[in-house]
Amino acid sequence: MSDYIGTSVKRVEDQRFITGRGRYTDDIVLPNMTYACFVRSPYAHARINGIDTEEARNRPGVVAVFTGQDIVDDGINPIPTGWQIGEDMKEPPHHTLAVDKVRHVGDGVAVVIAETKAAAQDAAEHVHIEYEPLPAVADMNEALADGAPLVHDDAPNNVSFHWELGDKAAADAALAAAHHITTYEIVNQRLIPNAIEPRAVIGDHNVATDDLTLYTSSQNPHLIRLLLCAFVTGLPEHKVRVISPDVGGGFGSKIFHYPEEVFCAWATRKIGRPVKWTAERSESFVTDAQGRDHLTTAEMGFDADGKIVGLRVDTAANMGAYLSTFAGGIPTWLYGTLLAGQYTTPAIYVHTQGIFTNTVPVDALRGAGRPEATFLLERLMDLAAKEMGRDPAGLRRMNFIQPDQFPYDTPVVLQYDSGNYEAALDKALDILDYDAFRQQQQQARAEGRLIGIGFSTYIEACGIAPSAVAGAIGARAGLYDSGMLRVHPTGKVQVYTGVHSHGQGHETTFAQLVAHHLQIPMEDVELVHGDTAQIPFGMGTYGSRSLAVGGSAIYRALEKVLGKARKIAAYKLEAAEEDLEYVGGQFTVKGTDRSVSFGDIALTAYVPHDYPIEELEPGLEFNAFYDPKNFTFPFGTHICVVEVDPDTGEVEILRYVAVDDVGEVINPMIVDGQVHGGIAHGIGQALFEGAVYDEDGQLLTGTFMDYTIPRAADLPMFEVDRTVTPCPHNPLGVKGAGETGTIASTPAVVNAVCDAVGARDIQMPMTSERVWRAIHAARSSGDGQA
Amino acid sequence: MSQTIHVTVNGAAREAEVEPRMLLVDFLRQTLSLTGTHVGCDTSQCGACTVHVDGVSVKACTMFAVQADGSAITTIEGLAGDGALHPLQAAFREEHGLQCGFCTPGMIMAAADLLARNPSSSEGEIRHALEGNYCRCTGYHNIVKAIQNAAGQMS
Repeated sequence: MSDYIGTSVKRVEDQRFITGRGRYTDDIVLPNMTYACFVRSPYAHARINGIDTEEARNRPGVVAVFTGQDIVDDGINPIPTGWQIGEDMKEPPHHTLAVDKVRHVGDGVAVVIAETKAAAQDAAEHVHIEYEPLPAVADMNEALADGAPLVHDDAPNNVSFHWELGDKAAADAALAAAHHITTYEIVNQRLIPNAIEPRAVIGDHNVATDDLTLYTSSQNPHLIRLLLCAFVTGLPEHKVRVISPDVGGGFGSKIFHYPEEVFCAWATRKIGRPVKWTAERSESFVTDAQGRDHLTTAEMGFDADGKIVGLRVDTAANMGAYLSTFAGGIPTWLYGTLLAGQYTTPAIYVHTQGIFTNTVPVDALRGAGRPEATFLLERLMDLAAKEMGRDPAGLRRMNFIQPDQFPYDTPVVLQYDSGNYEAALDKALDILDYDAFRQQQQQARAEGRLIGIGFSTYIEACGIAPSAVAGAIGARAGLYDSGMLRVHPTGKVQVYTGVHSHGQGHETTFAQLVAHHLQIPMEDVELVHGDTAQIPFGMGTYGSRSLAVGGSAIYRALEKVLGKARKIAAYKLEAAEEDLEYVGGQFTVKGTDRSVSFGDIALTAYVPHDYPIEELEPGLEFNAFYDPKNFTFPFGTHICVVEVDPDTGEVEILRYVAVDDVGEVINPMIVDGQVHGGIAHGIGQALFEGAVYDEDGQLLTGTFMDYTIPRAADLPMFEVDRTVTPCPHNPLGVKGAGETGTIASTPAVVNAVCDAVGARDIQMPMTSERVWRAIHAARSSGDGQA
Repeated sequence: MSQTIHVTVNGAAREAEVEPRMLLVDFLRQTLSLTGTHVGCDTSQCGACTVHVDGVSVKACTMFAVQADGSAITTIEGLAGDGALHPLQAAFREEHGLQCGFCTPGMIMAAADLLARNPSSSEGEIRHALEGNYCRCTGYHNIVKAIQNAAGQMS
């Protein structure tokens, strides 16, 4: 009944979703609710010379029309970024609505609130804004050029920050002495997150009590409340409740504190009625923080044996028009620190500059910095293997950090706690049957077929921690989490977590964890998440931290509950605590048949008639905060096999093998599902997805007609397996599974396609046209297999 | 301007005054409070709003409510009988064919239409049939397995 850990229990949350009874923010209708429509800039850069709201105010059903100045005049502060990158970081104000200038297409300028959504949309057409278009920069190289238009007057050269990590002199010396240097210039293109649920917010102010409830499709309701109260509005935290109900996917894009949240929180107080805003998909494209967007030059040096001797990386990272919540941390601490990968590279130096452009802000997107680092490393390894005439798997293997080297200090400040990289590689090669594959590949090529294989042996760092380290590297928040167990008098349990599920299945996994350790049926355990009024505190879900950090906090609370339960049991059984064993949900005096059940203990705690009241308080409820000692470090090997149609350039994925090590696994079914989705997202970047801005800063890929996310027919069945190397420093031995697939898969696919067509490089997304051109370029240069 | 429409939704006769421009999906969500049908895009790509109109799968954002006048509509809430699960609903749970759940109602309704037309769909046919339904969570792996599972149950 209670052996739940390691079991693929079917998800408890599914019943409501498969029957249409989920409750997402847009499903919520409050009495007397109004609807907000944002009037957004059609220009990437323009001065606002005037806003005439008179006509809109007089349209049918209109309740109010507000502009940016109304909000500033009310003392509302700009939305801060949450990560300080160096003392000189330029952090220009990001207002809820633009005040003087608009800085990207989609920047909010005014909002119409009306009785219905349709009325608000109709009236929004009648807000007249006098724009003075200004020269815009969308491209980072143009933004850095002399005389480029400035996105912010107080950010010279459009640079927000410079950042560096590692030993430059050592890397320079290593490269100068290297036997072979592989150089690679990379465009890691911008992605648009596109969770299928568009963002939605409802602000609901109770005039009588002055309580504000904010419903928002967020991955981290407490973080939103903290930013909204402590930084933006000054509202007292105890009078603000943030609820993130069912949330339809996030992938990072729903971490951040967005202007629409501030607006709905502010406007409901102004008009005394609830205010709802739901994004149209076309708004999601120009308001959800986007991802990636790096220009990088990298040089990796090798000795004559193929050992890596040094790595030097220079990256320009597009921040967009404003610094979003985690923006500066992504292309720096979550990127540069990953540049050792699985390898013993002794000298690494990385320099990153964050650059403003007239584009949508860029922030964390599934993987967040780690996919960019892994793409760079794993492309370099494949390029180097080809250049040096080595097997790509063999070159990786000879550079792996060995199991006996852990804990391993990298030259880019991380201490890897554990790993066995060769075991994952061997397992993946075995599943693929690598030797047989190479023979089949030779045969296929002889027949004129273009078959290629791509490797990716990756490391991830998740559950950023401890808080002291997060603070030292510029995060303006702690990165612990909380878990609370409320045992009811009947022995039923509610678990309150500060992390948030938006597809990850916490309601199942966390219930398994608690039921397993309390040795009670899962049906007796329910998870509560996503409500600041119920949960003590929490930092939410991102960076694959939920189980490693939130789950460990719950485990600490479990220890407290079981510790007190043991004391109560000892009293009831008139035995010493150390003479008790807890088996099958019963405390039993060892060697006897005298026992008391968990349910009886709960009842005793709440009906303490016969109870050690001098030593123990009544009740059975504990909260715990858990601040991890280190990041966790999942790793693995992904192998992709593709066939390319030589006539069309179309890529078909024939096989996709993933062997991941995410430490201990509570629910294998859920972990596999996380890996599947992660792989799909990474394949999307490799083959389909890319944001395109024109030179005026117009987003040309602003709908699903122009921006391709993977569809069912684009993807194969995935061959997923695992090795298990427990995390040594958290009580569950778990790491994280939500991002591994995305981090690993993109370079595996690009490596495979390049191998198939004999190209050195193909720019992502590798559309049929680009691949076809690569085939023909390879043929004409005579070095392709085709 | 409003028009009166008569529809049967999940077996119950409904009469309502609607504006001619009201989309079927808004009629279902706002007028009838059937919020299981979702809106994921504004260009009829994502399929989160898929329902059945007179037994055929339709994206409810591509149709005005007035065009449904006289029709029988089935939404995710009415796919199975009281308290029971349709084999596809059960299979999505069994095969972990959903994560955040937002695309799920549309996926299930589209898959129900597919299996009604082609109960023995191959993996390739299932994947192609879902080209109008986006999922960002699952990589479709377990969605395909769920539909195969349900096809087996229903045959």
